[in-house]
Amino acid sequence: MCSLLEPHPPLGGGGCREKERRCGRVLKKYYVRMGDGYLDQMTREEIKAELEAGTADASDKGKIPPLGEEEILQLLEIMTAEAKFVSVERGNEIILTTDGVVVTSDDEPSAGIPVCRSTGVEIWERIVCADTAELGNWDYSYKAVKAVVHSEQQVMQRILYNTVLPVFYGAMPNLGLYTQPDGPVPNPAELLPQGKISEARACQEEAMEYATRDMVYVAGLLYEAGADGINFDTTGAAGDADFLATLRAVEILKEKYPDVPIMVGMAGEVLLGMHGELYYKGVRLAGLQPHEQAAVVQSAGATIFGPAINTRTNQSFPWNLARALTYAKACVEAVDIPVHANVGMGVGGVPMSEIPAPDAVSRVSKAMAEIGRLDGL
Amino acid sequence: MGVGDPFGMAITHAHASGMGGVRTAGDLVARVQMSRGLKTEAAKKYVAEKLGVDVIDLVNEEVMTEVRRELDLGLVYALPGCARGLEAKRNIARTLEIPVNCLRRLGRGE
Repeated sequence: MCSLLEPHPPLGGGGCREKERRCGRVLKKYYVRMGDGYLDQMTREEIKAELEAGTADASDKGKIPPLGEEEILQLLEIMTAEAKFVSVERGNEIILTTDGVVVTSDDEPSAGIPVCRSTGVEIWERIVCADTAELGNWDYSYKAVKAVVHSEQQVMQRILYNTVLPVFYGAMPNLGLYTQPDGPVPNPAELLPQGKISEARACQEEAMEYATRDMVYVAGLLYEAGADGINFDTTGAAGDADFLATLRAVEILKEKYPDVPIMVGMAGEVLLGMHGELYYKGVRLAGLQPHEQAAVVQSAGATIFGPAINTRTNQSFPWNLARALTYAKACVEAVDIPVHANVGMGVGGVPMSEIPAPDAVSRVSKAMAEIGRLDGL
Repeated sequence: MGVGDPFGMAITHAHASGMGGVRTAGDLVARVQMSRGLKTEAAKKYVAEKLGVDVIDLVNEEVMTEVRRELDLGLVYALPGCARGLEAKRNIARTLEIPVNCLRRLGRGE
């Protein structure tokens, strides 16, 4: 949790403070966030050390190239810009896609404003002036939407009559909802501690069938209602089976509706091997890194990929952003489809705090566009 | 994506790196990216060519307001007599030569 009253614990790159004491002069310090949103100050050299450590960590864990010296210096300029809010240079703008309606009281995640979702999208289009919008249910899972899909179609149609921007329909695959006590399938999390490995795997395979069916059903009906695209958000939240169920849904939808744009956004950085023995087109899914996930998503036929690189709350913002950028850049280089990184709370280098700080968020935005060369956020 | 968090998260991204939506040509570039699977740079070039403007002007409010008004592609404000909603999207589909799903699905033809 962020604390404004107590100093943040010291981080690794504190060499400059020692040097400062020894040479007896005060080095210029810049405001810098921590991974939990805490506002601290660092010298230019300290920030550079954090950037180098962050990219080295991603390079080591992801087996991908680190950011080059020029990119580190470019990132350092962004970090040490005096402006509180920074933006891309003219011509470097990218597309913004989102998840959820954001402003309404009946949507997830909620700002609590008492307007309906269709009004929320109109506000989004003409007040926020975002490039795309999304309709989602407050119970943001395909399984939950199945029971109310007819009303979701009505809301979608109403939105499409009154707006100009492209509108996605989005929800989570959420494989966990198919296991007991929420769903029909025995819970693998209860079977695994009992040593029932094959039974746990069989349950996940059964849950996958239900999940794929629901995703195809709901996404298909929303596309038939006129949605401009479909978003599978926080894919892989329940591990490799969750991811495979989504890949199969993408395949089926693309076969049924060849023109449907599909965006697949991930839940986390490394795909958890909750099953461990699932493959897609010969690729073992457990343990896939973001750039490897991108390649698999592309091969399933998706239109846009959204990597989610986790923010470490016990590291600094520069460390986290350099690390996230290293992964994001590897994704862009791994595939031909557009890449829109997840850059919400606690992902993509954005500090993990409920109330976002625009000084940090705008730096993520600029760095992802200009150094990561992403297609969107 | 993944910026659906409230309390200023999405609006920060929209204005730090976004294209400006219907205020400029952000929605048009997004549509081309979605329907043709193009990377953003290629999608921008495609839209600029179809609209007959320079790529740099796709985010120029002054130029794009005029272009959108002339081609009746929908404006960020509700100017009387200008296309909105489905009518604007029909004009977008024709101008950019891309499919717009709701026109097919809601019975207005491409």
